[in-house]
Amino acid sequence: MNKFSWTIAVGLLGAAVAAHAAEEVKVGLMLPATGTYARLGTAITNGFKLYVDENGGMLGGASVSYATVDDESDPAKATENANKLVKRDGVDVLVGTVHSGVAMAMAKVARGSKTLMIVPNAGADELTGPLCAPNIFRTSFTNWQPSYAMGPVLLKKGIKRVVTLTWKYSAGLQAIEGFKESFTAGGGEIVQELTLPFPNTEFQPYLTEIATLKPDAVFVFFAGGGAVKLAKDYAAAGLKDSIPLYGSGFLTDGTLAAMGGAGEGLLTTLHYADGLDNPKDKAFRASYEKAYGAAPDVYAVQGYDAAQLLAAGLAAVKGKVEDREGMIKAMAAARIDSPRGSFAMSPAHNPVQDIYLREARGDINPVVAVAAAALADPARGCRMK
Amino acid sequence: MDIFSFLVQTLNAVQYGLLLFLVASGLTLVFGIMGIINLAHGSFYMAGAYLAFGLTSATGSLLWAIVLGIPLAMLFGAALEALLFVHLYKREHLDQVLLTYGLILIFEEMRSILVGDDVHGVPMPAFLEGSIPLDDTLSYPIYRLAISAVCIVLAIGLYLLIQRTRLGMMIRAGSHDRDMVQALGINIKLIYRVVFALGVAMAALAGMLAAPISSVAPNMGGQVLILSFVVVVVGGIGSVWGALIGALLIGFADTFGKVILPEFAGVMVYLVMAAVLLWRPAGLLGKG
Repeated sequence: MNKFSWTIAVGLLGAAVAAHAAEEVKVGLMLPATGTYARLGTAITNGFKLYVDENGGMLGGASVSYATVDDESDPAKATENANKLVKRDGVDVLVGTVHSGVAMAMAKVARGSKTLMIVPNAGADELTGPLCAPNIFRTSFTNWQPSYAMGPVLLKKGIKRVVTLTWKYSAGLQAIEGFKESFTAGGGEIVQELTLPFPNTEFQPYLTEIATLKPDAVFVFFAGGGAVKLAKDYAAAGLKDSIPLYGSGFLTDGTLAAMGGAGEGLLTTLHYADGLDNPKDKAFRASYEKAYGAAPDVYAVQGYDAAQLLAAGLAAVKGKVEDREGMIKAMAAARIDSPRGSFAMSPAHNPVQDIYLREARGDINPVVAVAAAALADPARGCRMK
Repeated sequence: MDIFSFLVQTLNAVQYGLLLFLVASGLTLVFGIMGIINLAHGSFYMAGAYLAFGLTSATGSLLWAIVLGIPLAMLFGAALEALLFVHLYKREHLDQVLLTYGLILIFEEMRSILVGDDVHGVPMPAFLEGSIPLDDTLSYPIYRLAISAVCIVLAIGLYLLIQRTRLGMMIRAGSHDRDMVQALGINIKLIYRVVFALGVAMAALAGMLAAPISSVAPNMGGQVLILSFVVVVVGGIGSVWGALIGALLIGFADTFGKVILPEFAGVMVYLVMAAVLLWRPAGLLGKG
């Protein structure tokens, strides 16, 4: 072999070594692909992958590979599914999920195995409360946040007496607690807290109760099919004009078309809205529509931001996912340039974010005002404060 | 509770009870009278609601959707019977549970593939829109009252069919002793196919009628399924009047449970069922 070919061989070997040394991160996506929340799981996955694709398949200097599990929104299978990703697939980061019960089981696995975890939806207060941990982050919201922001809005309208209505499950009860906290602190009165068993949707007896109690307004937490039925029944019972209905934003997200006209004009609070006047949101919407041929929703934003948060962590350690401490420090200090408006992490690792007041118009929820600026969850029970 | 809200809640209870009867009527026929444990009943209900959604979008009217939807549902029911259920009449109940549970999974997945996982709404016919004012704040939707009327007609029709017609006599005889009925020269196979198809059509009709006042959503059949079984079991297996009375009883238990004992609203229906079955193990009008 002559000198020339030796040079080439050494050069090729060097290139091969360099390619091998390029950093990698394995992301475990544990989201619902079937069942009631399948649509949400898809939106989150789309959002996450959109950011990765926009950056040429890299996050903060590491090339991204995925392992995926359909969590079926089944808490009974949650621990096993999370363990599969962590132990069998050896993922560096767990991303999930929609269902709070499943997310809490995942958080326990993440705490035990010290795997990084990013929650792109589940709103259970516990995840950044009693269950909070240095390696657990959330890019969505707590159930407390959107409804806490509604209290002052109603007080400002001169509303003093309110009846609340929700399903008797933890998301609903936590959302009502958030509303109650700010509303009663400002001098408002909760006349009655009505709850119905999940997922029962026979609202008629409650509507009769509300008509008898004659409060100034009604505040509710419902989502999906239940939200549609409530808005329709509420309007059909003639209550919409005499006793205005308010809710946490999930009431009117992805449900307005199905409500027909019954949702028109409903005021809700959420950490995302249509018609936000920021360049990041406009760019995100254009990019998402181009990639998936559909308009993004709040879930897609949360998935997108999960990828952004991970990128911030990886960038700080030059893509070396082994430097977990360094990543956690960077993620906790990161300022995420989200389509919802930029936000920082609270000490408990939940977004400190603006909550918007939105008014339903047709099929969308245009922003009316900022109901609460830079609202942080109180993170009760979290020791990282 | 003042007298006015008591009366309105009573109306709510009766109206909900009748809706439950409508939803359970197909199961009364298939489970109560033919004796097949059909866990897929809720899926037929869901299929009806999605059929209403699709056909209403296509034809522009819920009435047309129902006119077209019922024959479709009957054909579908007859085909299912001929392909699957016909093999199960002489087998154990557990086999029927397995088959119909499998059908639930298949139908849910088909729904997801064909229509997607979004929540939909169906507009009601224009002449049934609107509400009757009860006082200055509360009014009652006309559509709900119309459904109640349909339920009553359906209950009477079903009773007459089962108890007063020759076909009904053959159906009842067939559920007791299939071989003997066959030996007497009656085409029991054909009769069962027709009755099963009718049961599927009634479940689908319930889904179509309920679509405008509920939301058309994934897994909507699951909630209906359990209540339907409760209604049929409380009323007494095989009795149409029993199912009607059972449905009204459950309607009252649910409505007043929510108002008077809100803490127990979730279990009220099942407490009532347990109490009825302790008192009359075969159900209110069951012969046991």
